[in-house]
Amino acid sequence: MTEALAIAQKIFVDQRLVLGFATIGALMWLCAFVSRRLTAGRIHASAIAIVAALALAWWGGVITGGKKGLADVPAFAGLALLGGAMLRDFAIVATAFEVDVAEARKAGLLGVIALALGTVVPFVVGVGVAWSFGYRDAVSLTTLGAGAVTYIVGPVTGAALGASSPVIALSIATGVLKAVLVMTVTPFVAKLIGLDNPRSAMAFGGLMGTVSGVAGGLAATDEKLVPYGALTATFHTGIGCLLCPSLFFLVLRAVL
Amino acid sequence: MAIYGTALLALCTLLGVALGEALGLLLHVKANVGGVGIAMMMLMAARQWLASRGHLSAGIKLGVEFWAMMYIPIVVAMAAQQNVLAALKGGPMVLVAGVLTVALCFTLVAVLGRAMGAKDAGHD
Repeated sequence: MTEALAIAQKIFVDQRLVLGFATIGALMWLCAFVSRRLTAGRIHASAIAIVAALALAWWGGVITGGKKGLADVPAFAGLALLGGAMLRDFAIVATAFEVDVAEARKAGLLGVIALALGTVVPFVVGVGVAWSFGYRDAVSLTTLGAGAVTYIVGPVTGAALGASSPVIALSIATGVLKAVLVMTVTPFVAKLIGLDNPRSAMAFGGLMGTVSGVAGGLAATDEKLVPYGALTATFHTGIGCLLCPSLFFLVLRAVL
Repeated sequence: MAIYGTALLALCTLLGVALGEALGLLLHVKANVGGVGIAMMMLMAARQWLASRGHLSAGIKLGVEFWAMMYIPIVVAMAAQQNVLAALKGGPMVLVAGVLTVALCFTLVAVLGRAMGAKDAGHD
């Protein structure tokens, strides 16, 4: 028994990143199953996985009293590296590879306007709501505003500006809620907002931004519209990551 | 070779982050200013440059695209290590910010789609 425990402990420490891959893989497999069986594919597996991961992070915080969620549990320590800033930024940069610049140009003016509005409007709403809930420092306000852009822009901005972990977690939660809402609500309001052609799908992608939300929402509405929405949406996170910790932060700090 | 793609991605990321740090120093912001965004633009430019010269091999693509596909799992791992316990204290704020943002953006899709649709109707 003690030998088995010693082996387990050795694996937890020496193989933590590999164990992290296996853990996340298992979680995503489970979430894909839940997505198919319990929601008929309406809620994207990735959205369920993120919500489940946030729930597990809550549980990790409860049982360890630490600040790193599930990563504070020794068996899941590898998640700190797998989901840390280094690999996260690396993977986000990689997604830019999928964007075809020539195709993107065709999105043209509408896409640019949608992207601009889709970055500024959620940021202003996020900052406004954070302000009304008592936040007053530029770093926290920018991070929370960035979280309303997408759940990637929030933590990237927060990490760049040195925001506190609770604020980063709130910004992720806001972005995740946005993604989940976009995925679930889109099919029901598609007719109402005229989301039935490629052009409005591009406007939709630029405005909503959240790639999983846009892909999930459009897939549940009309699968043919997915690439048009994704095309503008893929720019969204990059633009948000560029503007939120720089221009928006500086403007906000000057205003305060 | 897949490693060329991954190395290209690494180079763009490192250059982007370094430029973001430099921009932060220049602007007197104690932060990395848009490093990830700069890296993304460099990767897009690199891809175009390689494609225009016919050097964009399947191996290079694989080396980058693997990491692009790992992005959702990495985000899941990132979510799993957040201080959610502390975040839950601000529960209503998340709800208000999320719902308000999505409602406003849906409205803008309708407005923008109609305004631009009418304007461009004559062109295609």
